[in-house]
Amino acid sequence: MSLQVSQLSKVYGTQKALDAVSFSASPGRILGFLGPNGAGKSTTMKIITGYLAADSGSVRVLGEDALAHPKKLATQIGYLPENNPLYLDSYVREFLEFSGGIYGMKSADIRRRTEEMIRKTGLQQEQHKKIGQLSKGYRQRVGIARALLHDPALVILDEPTTGLDPNQLVAIRNLILEVAENKTFIFSTHIMQEVEAVCQDVVIINQGKIRSAGSLADLKSASSQVTLILETEEALELSWFEGIGTPRFGSKAPHELVLLTPNAAAARKAILQVVALRQLSLIRLDQGNKNLETLFREITQGQ
Amino acid sequence: MKSLFFKEILAFFGSLTGYLVLGLFLVALGLIVWVFPETSVVDYGYADLESLFLYTPYVFTFLIPAISMRSLAEERRSGTWELLQTSPLSLVQIVLAKYLALLLLVVLALLPTLGYAYSISLLGNPPGNLDWAGFFGSWLGLLMIGATFAAVGLFASSLTSQQVAAFVLGVFLCFVLYFGLTALAGMVPGDLAYWVEELSLSYRYASLSRGVVDSRDLFFLLGMIWIFLGATVLILKKK
Repeated sequence: MSLQVSQLSKVYGTQKALDAVSFSASPGRILGFLGPNGAGKSTTMKIITGYLAADSGSVRVLGEDALAHPKKLATQIGYLPENNPLYLDSYVREFLEFSGGIYGMKSADIRRRTEEMIRKTGLQQEQHKKIGQLSKGYRQRVGIARALLHDPALVILDEPTTGLDPNQLVAIRNLILEVAENKTFIFSTHIMQEVEAVCQDVVIINQGKIRSAGSLADLKSASSQVTLILETEEALELSWFEGIGTPRFGSKAPHELVLLTPNAAAARKAILQVVALRQLSLIRLDQGNKNLETLFREITQGQ
Repeated sequence: MKSLFFKEILAFFGSLTGYLVLGLFLVALGLIVWVFPETSVVDYGYADLESLFLYTPYVFTFLIPAISMRSLAEERRSGTWELLQTSPLSLVQIVLAKYLALLLLVVLALLPTLGYAYSISLLGNPPGNLDWAGFFGSWLGLLMIGATFAAVGLFASSLTSQQVAAFVLGVFLCFVLYFGLTALAGMVPGDLAYWVEELSLSYRYASLSRGVVDSRDLFFLLGMIWIFLGATVLILKKK
């Protein structure tokens, strides 16, 4: 276990930003830190990296107390803060070399690692440009290259994909998958597809509390409800479907019906019987995926 | 820490601002010392650089806060402060690196004035006749005043994330410490006036300018620098 957060609490004025947050992350796995905006994701990350102080609780990085010795562990942590702050007047290579120096690397190592990170993040063409001239996607690469330059064991990226176009998004995702190697990798996001695309573990946080923590596979199978969508030419009535899961009207009401059920097969049969009995003209009967998106909504809005 | 020091210097000379500030400083001093009839050495008739040493602190009052204002305020505004604070560098190392970079700029601004001394000594009668002890005492005084203002400017920059606010605050603090306390000393009665006067930077400067380097004056100014840098670290720790 290379990161162990337990009972972390933080209060801003009267607002409880974090309420007894506990989770852990292990090497070689990518952990998605998921939550709506303002859930406490950034606050948690800022505390782990030593930028903010916690009111109570503990953080252990590689077995050491991170809250007591933040500077000692700084070289073991690679951190990309939210909004990716960079020195816009610096040149890409110059900035990376400067960062290497700050992290106490030897000059030979700095050159070697800078070269390596520029290659891995695909910044070869941009390395002699000023950071201020780069597009958002390339700036994000510079930020990630900086976070990984000193070869940290624990990598924390705070919303690395916010504001990127779909192509850049895929590029950054692939980059994360490639560089994660055997590091402990944590990244926060409010986009579910991100988590499904790259993570093995998921922690869902809302209003400062952990709502769910575990592996992605466990989380998916824990989702009990399946969504069925029925659309017909005739107007439907909810009373026809009593006893078959929980029915409600969809966006094309009263022609569309959305039904949540734990048993998809039986529900489908029952619905078709209703269709036959009422002699309805069927347009479609769809089964929604058990995706994280619905699950996320269930978890964060259900409470 | 070394890399932060060099980055600060690069940031200064990597943009137009650096050259502009140093250039304008030298132009202003050049005009005061050699051209403006009121203050020009050439019209004065005596081979000394009193006008240089009299007016430079005025220029410093504006120049140094102008250099130092971005130092910490800009980091905080752009968020890069988070990069520095989560790095292995301690607050003391960060403040020291930034301060030493400022100090180097002050020295760079002052170095060309050594040429003034050489020119003036040639103009003396007989040539070479210059009160060198007085000159170096004053020059050292000027350097120490510059070093103190740099610490004050850095402190002002730590208080806010607005560069302009940091500049105004820096100018105000330098002004109070240099001119304000002396003026105040004239208004309070008896022994108190003496104590207030002792706190004033201009008093220390005048004392060094006599050409006698008194360790009390040096330690006072070094103490001032230490206090302001310490306060800067404390402010940053709180935020």
